Amino acid sequence: MLTAVEGLVAELRQVGVPVPVSAVVDAARAMTRIDVLDRGEVRVALRAVLVKDAGHLSTFDTVFDTFFALQEQPVDGEESDRVTGGSEDDGTDARPGDDGDGDGGARGQGGAPGGLQHLDDDALRDLLVQSLRKEDAPLLRALARVLVDRHAAVNPARPQDIGYNLYRALRMIDSNDLVARLVAAADAGPDGDGVPSEVAELAAETQVQTLGLALETEIRRRLVVDRGAEDVARTLRTPLPENMAFLGASALQVAAMRRVLGPLARSLAARMADRRRHHRRGPLDVRRTVRTAMSTGGVPMTPVFRRPHPAKPQLVVLADISGSVSTFATFTLQLIHALRSEFTSIRSFAFVDGIEEVTDLVDRAGDPTEIARLLNEAGAGVWLDGRSDYGNALSGFAERWASQLTRRTTVLVLGDARSNDHDPRVDALATVRRAAGAVHWLNPEPRGSWNTGDSVIGLYAPHCDTVVECRTIRDLRAFTERLAAAGASVAPGVQPAAEGAGQRRHDRGAEHHHHHAH
Amino acid sequence: MSEIPVEPPSVLATPRSVGDALRTAGYLPDETIAGTVHLAAALEKPVLVEGPAGTGKTELAKSVALATGARLIRLQCYEGLDEAKALYEWDYRKQLLRIQAGGAGRSDTEGWEDVEGDIFSEHYLLRRPLLEAIRAEDDVVLLIDEVDRLDVETEALLLEVLSDYQVSIPELGTITARRRPLVFLTSNNSRELSEALKRRCLFLHVGYPSPEREREIVLSRVPGISERLAGQVATAVAALRQMDLKKRPSVSETLDWARTLLLLGVESVDGEALLRHLNVLLKHQSDIESARTRLTRDTRPR
Repeated sequence: MLTAVEGLVAELRQVGVPVPVSAVVDAARAMTRIDVLDRGEVRVALRAVLVKDAGHLSTFDTVFDTFFALQEQPVDGEESDRVTGGSEDDGTDARPGDDGDGDGGARGQGGAPGGLQHLDDDALRDLLVQSLRKEDAPLLRALARVLVDRHAAVNPARPQDIGYNLYRALRMIDSNDLVARLVAAADAGPDGDGVPSEVAELAAETQVQTLGLALETEIRRRLVVDRGAEDVARTLRTPLPENMAFLGASALQVAAMRRVLGPLARSLAARMADRRRHHRRGPLDVRRTVRTAMSTGGVPMTPVFRRPHPAKPQLVVLADISGSVSTFATFTLQLIHALRSEFTSIRSFAFVDGIEEVTDLVDRAGDPTEIARLLNEAGAGVWLDGRSDYGNALSGFAERWASQLTRRTTVLVLGDARSNDHDPRVDALATVRRAAGAVHWLNPEPRGSWNTGDSVIGLYAPHCDTVVECRTIRDLRAFTERLAAAGASVAPGVQPAAEGAGQRRHDRGAEHHHHHAH
Repeated sequence: MSEIPVEPPSVLATPRSVGDALRTAGYLPDETIAGTVHLAAALEKPVLVEGPAGTGKTELAKSVALATGARLIRLQCYEGLDEAKALYEWDYRKQLLRIQAGGAGRSDTEGWEDVEGDIFSEHYLLRRPLLEAIRAEDDVVLLIDEVDRLDVETEALLLEVLSDYQVSIPELGTITARRRPLVFLTSNNSRELSEALKRRCLFLHVGYPSPEREREIVLSRVPGISERLAGQVATAVAALRQMDLKKRPSVSETLDWARTLLLLGVESVDGEALLRHLNVLLKHQSDIESARTRLTRDTRPR
């Protein structure tokens, strides 16, 4: 038991979920107070003790399934699972139904699955509809077993194919047909739910997602039986959304990142607004201090400070939206626009080889994918051939908009500085730098590949105040926070990454300038 | 850590009994909620309950109190909450009176030490919720509501109480809990809580319930509603939550809607009834409009 917990903790740490030692001790203590034979209870207990962030829950569930699937595998079950793949005769009913209730094991109900083997796909679909509508988890698991047997073509030698296995199983069972059936079931006359069809459809889509999850769990369980938990965990390891690199993110990863961005922007905005209100005190307000001292007999017990009115920076964002770095650009635009209250104004420009203003467009969009879509539709930033030309874009910006920049403007350039061997036009960036208060360059590439190939970041760097490596949402968040915090001083600038109370004290008033001077 | 395994109240002995007790108290827990509450009692650790607004986080603490027959002590957090409001405060007026009365009465028989010892005794202490929970003789459930509204500095106040169930008062020394209360902290996650606080708590995420569970909630909370209508309500709300909305309808709004429908004598939720009452479920004009366009587009006969 404890070995499994240790493996689980090690894997969680590998993925990036912080698990302090005290939590591991708690986990061990928790195991003494619950029924360790009930997998559901174990899952709930470990989850309560080890996970401290809602964003990590799904990661925990996956890892838990990987490590605790093997534990309850009885010997005979393991044997018959060795021959998965072509095992139509796989005697499911021969195995004891060993799971507890609720979240019990990957095992189906004793008895029921035996009959399921002989049903044809159509009858299975009916049962699926029934189990999804009734939220009958044991039946759904039993069905998932049969479906995976029949359709997923799991090859234990290729665990990385799990996405394909899943896709195949879902296609063979025809998930669209399932949605239609679920909708029909919801509609059906006086006995059905009788909800509007659109509502039923949305509900059905969620239910089919549940099925996908059950199938994935089952496939993963089979891989674990064959290869061992550590191995499967290592092969299928997916980083936490906030640690996924922007460059080369798959569609699934982008979706995961999108989900964390919204809450992140909200909590970041709340935090920055809070800091602005509470942690900045201006000089002593003598008049009001004396006034409050009246109630304590003239003794100034509570000094009152003036509320400072920090100058918020004006932001100008230049985003390279060419294919390679568009994910990064749209996420950054989205985050910055979500924090609009922290800045006096935000203007966004998109470029590929030409440049144009897209502020309204970004404001209108709800999330990063929508930004990308709107930008595409508008054909923004494309002048000639649609390949990045930083030189042309920057000189275009310098010509048309540099006159509108002031010392209070902070310019952010988002891009990998891969200019396809065009003239980099460093002088244009120098013009921008002279007109603006600060120029920061955010580069989504790992530092190691800067200045390799056609990357000319090294040429631009001298004209930027900072060049920041910004590969993940975590990096982006750290940068944005520093940017807004620095905004309270007169000259915007970026401080070293340290955070915390000590740091904040430094930010106050005049000390801040010294901080930047060196 | 040396600990004497204290038997928790019998209703908290197993996850199942917790679930049953909560259900009797009118709260429908899922497996995770029941299991976590059980674990909190078994390990004597506070529970940090997180999740979207209106999913019954506060209700959970109230129901646990009801189910275990304990007294509920509630600390509502807000910006600017300080020690004097959360922990304890000396009763200055009473102290002042005591000093004056002492001086007037037995003139010099009483030294300053006596007076000082006297006025800094528990008698002159105003107990605020945290101290109250620690000093309680009976069973209590401590609810620290919306802990994410606390300032970062004030959050540290909670740490001593949450890890050791004790409060240090300089004049009196350390006051330790006579019986460890069950503690629930709720958070809407409007800001990141400190690691130190999270480490001391068990984590419980309460999300939106599944349609099936929501149907049961509606059935138990809205007397007189038909099973069919409850099912429709649950499905419709679940579908609305799928849409990309600014604020998704919460469980409490589902209940409001179910009550509205019942009051108006609506017997089944067809497209029209749904559209007419959208304003009960959705609180932003833009949400109402986007839901309306989405729903009318597809409720046309196909």
